[in-house]
Amino acid sequence: MLCEMCNERDAVVESIKVLPTGVKHEHLCDKCAKAKGVETTITMQQHALGDMLHAVQQQVSLATSDAASCGFCGATARDFRLTGRLGCAHCYEAMEHSLRELLRRLHGNSKHVGKRYIAPQVQMESKVDSVHDLEDRLRRAVESEQFELAAELRDRIRVIE
Amino acid sequence: MSTQRPSLDLSLLPDGGVRWLDASGANSDIVISTRMRLARNVSGYAFTARAREGERLRMLAQVRDALVHVPTLRGSVLFRLDELSQNDRQLLHERHLVSKELAGLDSQHAVRSGAAVFLGEEAGLLVNEEDHLRLQALRSGFAVPAAFEAVQRLDRELGAHVPYAFHREFGFLTACPTNVGTGLRASVLIHLPGLVHTKEIKKVLTGLQQMGLTYRGLYGEGSEVVGNFFQLSNQTTLGRSEEDLQEHLVRVVRQLIEREEEARRILVRDAGYIIEDKLWRAYGTLRYARSLTFDEAMNFLSGVRLAVGLKLISGLSVYTLNKLLIFAQSAHLAHQEGRVLKDDDEANLVRARYVRQALASEGGGHQ
Repeated sequence: MLCEMCNERDAVVESIKVLPTGVKHEHLCDKCAKAKGVETTITMQQHALGDMLHAVQQQVSLATSDAASCGFCGATARDFRLTGRLGCAHCYEAMEHSLRELLRRLHGNSKHVGKRYIAPQVQMESKVDSVHDLEDRLRRAVESEQFELAAELRDRIRVIE
Repeated sequence: MSTQRPSLDLSLLPDGGVRWLDASGANSDIVISTRMRLARNVSGYAFTARAREGERLRMLAQVRDALVHVPTLRGSVLFRLDELSQNDRQLLHERHLVSKELAGLDSQHAVRSGAAVFLGEEAGLLVNEEDHLRLQALRSGFAVPAAFEAVQRLDRELGAHVPYAFHREFGFLTACPTNVGTGLRASVLIHLPGLVHTKEIKKVLTGLQQMGLTYRGLYGEGSEVVGNFFQLSNQTTLGRSEEDLQEHLVRVVRQLIEREEEARRILVRDAGYIIEDKLWRAYGTLRYARSLTFDEAMNFLSGVRLAVGLKLISGLSVYTLNKLLIFAQSAHLAHQEGRVLKDDDEANLVRARYVRQALASEGGGHQ
């Protein structure tokens, strides 16, 4: 089968996307797949961490609900399924619905009845600190291809600078 | 042969970090130690595994700066795990002062930049573990209220100056949903040879699980049960208060201690000389063997510990036996030898020598 993009080379990668309208299959050659940012198994085998690679592979076929990401750290529900760990405190809000159900199953309850806590108001030590934080968040957003989040973070950094 | 000298100066640690082994607490013939730990995360940063190096280091700096307001950790010693050799990290782990993950000994995780531990006399603070902060207090014997009080105090002092991530409905937020809510893991390290020898243990462990407790080996998560030492802790952290969780543990462990004592009485009554012979053989092996694997040492130590509990062997202190549990491990042996041991065979020889000397200097064993 020829690549559906260039119609020149043989297709070696099948990209599967789950969209609200249904599943979309696309057959691509290695070069076009790379151009589209689709990881191929060929490049994936070169990495050491099998699990991480699997995660990348899975990203090619994101279900729409999985693609919803945390506005703070960019982690997705799929990230959670693969690692069993949340990315940051804000993930609890981003995934509140499904987490509530999960917590019920894990603990038999989803409501904290222990110690209450009010966080102290901590002044950001300096402007530099918060710029560093935003920059780290920006890099992470770019790495995990959360481009909308990245653009927003970039704007915020510009405002501070 | 390598002459590399492990660099960690353990004399810096309050009490050498081994006070929890001193068998001074209640029921210390059965319960070796009690540990309370609280998981907390600092607002404003991604959780440790997702955080970038800069975030981890800034979070560590923020916590370190706040410690001037934390009397519980005044005079504490800071170890940067990311700057220690593998043997030194393992040493702290063997001493139960840091987790396997923080020490970077887990096959899945190398040591993270910013991984650190503050060790104080009353409590410790692990930084950049799976959660940003793990507050812990270790006590000798069965001492749930004392350990809980210490960790609560640290939590209060630190939480007033470092903003924790807290959710109105879910409580204290943690990287893994199994710790969310109170973030409390209340555990005891308990020795149950009586229940193992009377073959009651399976039933007991199933019962514990039904009562919401989980068990692990000597080294917590993922470690195997060896030498009849079990680490019991609460399985859930959400939907019950901290007081509830620890009271439940206390109630269950009290029953367990009674059952273990009962099992020991039955052993002596029904299998008198057989059990006596078995335990003396364990002592004889430890006293004279020239090579001991870790598992062998643990199993024989379990026997000798039981013999001391049954008063079959006198003149040996529980403290010595507790210390052997920790000091007969590889990183400790290397530290005592002042060099890296080249392989398991050498470690087995050094271990046997160390155990022989410790028991001989104790002068126990006479009937």
